[in-house]
Amino acid sequence: MSSSTQSTPVNQLRKIPTGIGGFDAITGGGLPQGRPTLICGGPGSGKTLFGMEFLVRGARDFDEPGVFMSFEERDADLVENFSSLGFDLDDLVVKKTLALDYVYIERSEIMETGEYDLEGLFIRLGHAIDSVGAKRVVLDTIEALFSGFPNEGILRAEIRRLFRWLKERGITAVITSEQGQGTISRHGLEEYVSDCVIFLDNRMIEQVATRRLRIIKYRGTTHGTNEYPFLIDEGGLYVLPVTSIGLTHKAGTERISSGIPRLDTMLGGEGYFRGSSIMITGTAGTGKTSLAAHFANSTCLRGERCLYLDFEESESQIVRNMRSIGVDLQPWLDNGLLHFHATRPTLFGLEMHLVTMNKLVRDFKPSVVIMDPISNLASIGNAAEVKSALMRFIDSLKTEGITALFTCLIFGQHQDLTEMGVSSLMDSWVTVQDIESNGERNRGLYVIKSRGMAHSNQVREFVLSSDGVHLVDVYIGPGGVLTGAARLAQEAKDRAAEKERAEEIERKKREFASRKLAVDSQVSGLLAELSAQEKELEKIAQEEAQRKARAERELAELARQRHAD
Amino acid sequence: MALPGDNPLMGEEENANETVPQRHYELRLYVAGQTPRSVEAFSNLKKICEEHLKGRYSIDVIDLMENPKLARGDQILAIPTLVRKLPEPIRKIIGNLADTERVLIGLDLRPRKP
Repeated sequence: MSSSTQSTPVNQLRKIPTGIGGFDAITGGGLPQGRPTLICGGPGSGKTLFGMEFLVRGARDFDEPGVFMSFEERDADLVENFSSLGFDLDDLVVKKTLALDYVYIERSEIMETGEYDLEGLFIRLGHAIDSVGAKRVVLDTIEALFSGFPNEGILRAEIRRLFRWLKERGITAVITSEQGQGTISRHGLEEYVSDCVIFLDNRMIEQVATRRLRIIKYRGTTHGTNEYPFLIDEGGLYVLPVTSIGLTHKAGTERISSGIPRLDTMLGGEGYFRGSSIMITGTAGTGKTSLAAHFANSTCLRGERCLYLDFEESESQIVRNMRSIGVDLQPWLDNGLLHFHATRPTLFGLEMHLVTMNKLVRDFKPSVVIMDPISNLASIGNAAEVKSALMRFIDSLKTEGITALFTCLIFGQHQDLTEMGVSSLMDSWVTVQDIESNGERNRGLYVIKSRGMAHSNQVREFVLSSDGVHLVDVYIGPGGVLTGAARLAQEAKDRAAEKERAEEIERKKREFASRKLAVDSQVSGLLAELSAQEKELEKIAQEEAQRKARAERELAELARQRHAD
Repeated sequence: MALPGDNPLMGEEENANETVPQRHYELRLYVAGQTPRSVEAFSNLKKICEEHLKGRYSIDVIDLMENPKLARGDQILAIPTLVRKLPEPIRKIIGNLADTERVLIGLDLRPRKP
């Protein structure tokens, strides 16, 4: 997140990062430096965890040693409890980046006999801080003092003094306290903590445990008054970072294949935009998961990671089913490019799902996320809630440039009816519709919308075969769109008609040929006649010439004879 | 000398002034530097001990400013704190020890109110 400049430079509260997932993002930097922060919550709400994680990450990742002063748990218990979270407290103690101090208060042992103060506590804390050079301190929970020392007047004065003392030393402190009745903390400690007060809520909403973090007060920071859902798992706390600004993600121009070449053609020739949101809707059994699997496959083929969140089938079921259509996802599972996360929606509340998904994305760093199907989420929230949750999820994915594909079950044929009205969140929308005719049910796929590209609006027949999805041209004829057996029948009919026409042409050609032959022979007959006549004429001319020559010769002879006498 | 099996509250004598047999008291006074309050606490303590425990007490003054580690070891928060190490069990008394009655009750030199 960009560094916060919400308060004026003069009054700016410096913040130090906690390293707790999502927390630094929602607070614009972390906790106020050198000041005490109050963390309140009911039992089991995660206060101790917050404090300890703050110290451990401070020691490990930010080079800031810390002191954990516990009024409730012994050192050994703390070490044991936190080792399951991967926090090796013993190791940090040995390295002198963490000091643990267990303060035991037992009221019945104490007899008050006059004025006193809590200097002993200061000395202890001071000693612990000096022993590791601490910059961070957690007091968990300082309210325990109230059960140990009956004189509230002295106690409150000393607590105030303690916070001043910590501030003077530039220590960033986290103070935990129990939830109060009517007050934020049981003993009203928020009076003494003026810079930052945070509430960790763990309640049951419709039989589902929901954890929420609320920033009650944070001086100098414009914080949303929202409650941020968070989860606690084997890595610590993780808060869902809500992008309060939103809608500032860049639009890329890179295109990635859907895994089905003909579908890519329908999508402007190149496929989906990277970082866009895609929805695939269809009625039951129309092959949405198959389309999703093709997309997963093509992602992994490019060497990129794909996170498959599935809410309906188990991982092995999907792998098996996809194998039958020629898509083998097992190699990608084996080499780690594909990661499945299968849960039943009803297992958690909507927010828990959201936080879990966010955390998975953060940890696995995929370039593609598939959610199959989102229609199941309707069972754990109403339409508005689901839409809001999805919007947040899509927002966070788009900010990271992650492409998201969602499948959604719809009922009926109406195109603009989607279960949750989420179509407006999607950049591309592909639908697979049933086409029933002549007792047969076939599927047609077409692109309803795809922002930013010229997409085809033609329906193609969607056929699942053992070597994947095929998109076949549908028959478009005078009778309308035909698919399946009807299409095949019509195509056969077409072929027959074509053949017939071809034969007709052949016949006419032959006819012409024979006609030509006849005419040709006629012509050659006449020509022969003509040439015979010509020859005759020549012959006569020749004979005439011969006769003339003879006649002249005879005349000459006669003349000669007449002269001779 | 205190014997391990003794329970100081089940003394055989029914003396109203002392509910425990004559035992040695080992006392520790925790202070944080030479403040007026610490000085006052020490003088109050001395007075009480001279009056009620003459000859069978010892007072150790521990200055936590000099020995901060001991604050943790003995779980001391309030200053001044008086700890009765012997006889067992350990008793903690906090404050400047101005209220003599309460000090005596705390040290088990007076019975606690029922």
